Amino acid sequence: MAETLDLSQFVERTDAGAAHMTLAVDGVGCAGCIRKIENGLTKLPGVIDARLNFTQRRLAVDWRDNEIGAADIIRALEQIGYQAHPFAPERVEADDSRQAKWLLKCLAVAGFAAMNVMLLSISVWSGSVSDMTAVTRDLFHWLSALIALPAAAYAGQPFFQSAWRALRTRQLNMDVPITVGVTLALALSLYETATHAVHAYFDSALMLLFFLLCGRYLDLAMRRKTKLFAGNLASFKAEFAHRLDANGELTRLPVSALNPGDRVLVRPGELIPADGAVLTGSSAIDESLMTGETTARTVMPGATVYAGSINGSGALTVQVVAAGTGTLVDEVERLLDKAIEAKSRTVRLADRAARLYAPVVHTAAALTCIGWLIAGASLHFAIVTAIAVLIITCPCAIALAIPAVQVVAAGQLFRSGVILNSGDAIERIAETDTIVFDKTGTLTLPEPAVDDAAIDPDLLQQSARLALSSHHPLAAALSRRAAKRVPYPGAVEESGRGVRAVIDGVEARLGSAAFCGLSEEDAQAARDGDASCIAFTYGGRSTVIPIRQSLRPDAIEVMQALSKRGLDLMILSGDRPEAVRPIAERLDVRQWLAALTPAEKIAVIELLKSQGRRVLMVGDGLNDAPALAAAHASLSPISAAHLAQAQADALFLGDRLAPALRAVIVARQARSLMRQNLALAVIYNAIAVPIAVAGLVTPLIAAVAMSGSSILVTLNALRARLGGCRESIMPSKSGDGAVVATGGMAEPLLSPAAQPAFAGHDNAELVS
Amino acid sequence: MNVLIYLVPLALLLGLTGLIGFMWALKSGQYDDLDGAALRILPDDDIAP
Repeated sequence: MAETLDLSQFVERTDAGAAHMTLAVDGVGCAGCIRKIENGLTKLPGVIDARLNFTQRRLAVDWRDNEIGAADIIRALEQIGYQAHPFAPERVEADDSRQAKWLLKCLAVAGFAAMNVMLLSISVWSGSVSDMTAVTRDLFHWLSALIALPAAAYAGQPFFQSAWRALRTRQLNMDVPITVGVTLALALSLYETATHAVHAYFDSALMLLFFLLCGRYLDLAMRRKTKLFAGNLASFKAEFAHRLDANGELTRLPVSALNPGDRVLVRPGELIPADGAVLTGSSAIDESLMTGETTARTVMPGATVYAGSINGSGALTVQVVAAGTGTLVDEVERLLDKAIEAKSRTVRLADRAARLYAPVVHTAAALTCIGWLIAGASLHFAIVTAIAVLIITCPCAIALAIPAVQVVAAGQLFRSGVILNSGDAIERIAETDTIVFDKTGTLTLPEPAVDDAAIDPDLLQQSARLALSSHHPLAAALSRRAAKRVPYPGAVEESGRGVRAVIDGVEARLGSAAFCGLSEEDAQAARDGDASCIAFTYGGRSTVIPIRQSLRPDAIEVMQALSKRGLDLMILSGDRPEAVRPIAERLDVRQWLAALTPAEKIAVIELLKSQGRRVLMVGDGLNDAPALAAAHASLSPISAAHLAQAQADALFLGDRLAPALRAVIVARQARSLMRQNLALAVIYNAIAVPIAVAGLVTPLIAAVAMSGSSILVTLNALRARLGGCRESIMPSKSGDGAVVATGGMAEPLLSPAAQPAFAGHDNAELVS
Repeated sequence: MNVLIYLVPLALLLGLTGLIGFMWALKSGQYDDLDGAALRILPDDDIAP
């Protein structure tokens, strides 16, 4: 059947037949790659320009539309040796990039102005002890004002705007005291300059802005890096669908370009691209990605199928429906909305500090003013001193304290395979005391694997090579074991039954037990609980090959290490109890519940929450998404369903579970550093404020105190980088981990009263 | 102290040049691909073999 590739969704067309497309490129790693890709593409006729952004791993291509097509370019890249995926930049990303540029501009202006004003200020400070005349000092003050006022008006915008937004909604954030402090410092300095006073605070105001902008920029840069990475990954994983047009032609197009009413062809082994109704064909579909249930569901024409399930043995034609009411995804999304609402109530450490900080500082300044007036000082002196209190307490160190640690810790996590979705995830992960795991795809590997314990190696190799000719998902798992990756010639797949081929003149069959001439009893004998089976017969010999979800290679060690750190562990799965029990036993997890619906998973998490626990949810399925959002913090493997990924605070890469442990270690350390930093800021204020209240703050003292505290806090944040390496990830080999793991669980997580409510579902059928 | 009349404007002008230079570099996209720039100088394909 003819098949065309439709990429028009990703191509931007400009006038005169020119086209532009952005591609995320996989596997770029060195200088040679840049040259190979760019030269290889510009050599093609019709390509105007190709430019690879190495930092983003993205390639921008311009070409003349009448000479070459988007699909040709991707094919050409494939021939050079790179997988490229069309990439549609999200609006959020464009907004962030604009915001980052703006912050950088503000930072540059603040830096320029701070340096020049400091140049003038240092002259004044050194002049005040030597021979500078009052006229020269005034000139320098006026020059400082000339630089500082426009620079602050420009560079302060991020803070002024944010403070205004907060005030309009009658709230206080960190930017309110910053704005008040900067504005008052500038106004006071201007007044002092006009009245020929000795002190002006232009330098302090600008330096404050400069350090604060550094913190803001670092914070944004960290979030951008994650989004960039996640964006590329999303495009690598982007699914294509085969649309069946009215004239019977097949068009291959991105899933996001599908419309309700379209008919799509889903071949055996493919992902079902959208929610829909089966028109023709019958098959068994694997919904484990959504429900965690590993047994396949049989579908016939008229049945409803959900996006994300894997089609089994038969080809299906599916009519795409609009996301109406009552679908599984809708149910999940409704739960999500509720959970997100609940979550937004948790307050970040920085905001908690800000809420405490603003009233305290403003009261202190007011008391200073009143105190000096009562003591009989002039109104001018009282006001100047009060403003000096505001300037010196400006939250330089506090505003840097948390972003700096977040950036360093995020970099540290990134190196060990954890990417953060949100900046405050670190705090929340550090606070958790209970970890709830999903089973399928989280504790186990996302792909099933052959359990070859009792199988003749020769038969295994033959069956694996035969499996190469099948589209069935179980066969795909088996075919990975084939040493010789060449399918047998003349292999025939019989839809819904299996494959057969003639090997050395003898017939071999792979597929269902009946297809291979085995009785159902034989198949049952080999099956032990959680495994799916595939039968193979060759000549007179036959075997049943169990294929099961295997644990992540380091799961046992990681679970031991986690419980050794005082965390309570629990498994909540949507899968059958008999599939969950062996896994829980191997991992020595005492608390587990099976056959849970998404709503029940949330209910368990809410219950744990109501017991005062802070839950870290680790899960990957669509059915975990609401639980991920409801939990205090959440973590997903990178193979997770899209919706789950969007909800997780952090994603981890690779086949190992170690990044989950690493996330907890680094987050806990980062949190203690954040607290240290806040403590440093408090100590600084405890020293500086009495000086300010006493009316002794000169501009020199303000400048030294401010930059000193900022630098101290930044250096302390950098310790997150040093300390993280010292602590070993794996527990020692002494084997005492298991003892602690069981001994540490003094009390069951769920109270006896709560248990029956869920126990009833152990044998219940899952979402149908 | 009369030397200040031209030294101070000169200092400011130099600083301003740096600032304008940075803004220009930012606008022309030179900060878009920091890692790539470091690698692009390595291949010496501009030298005839």
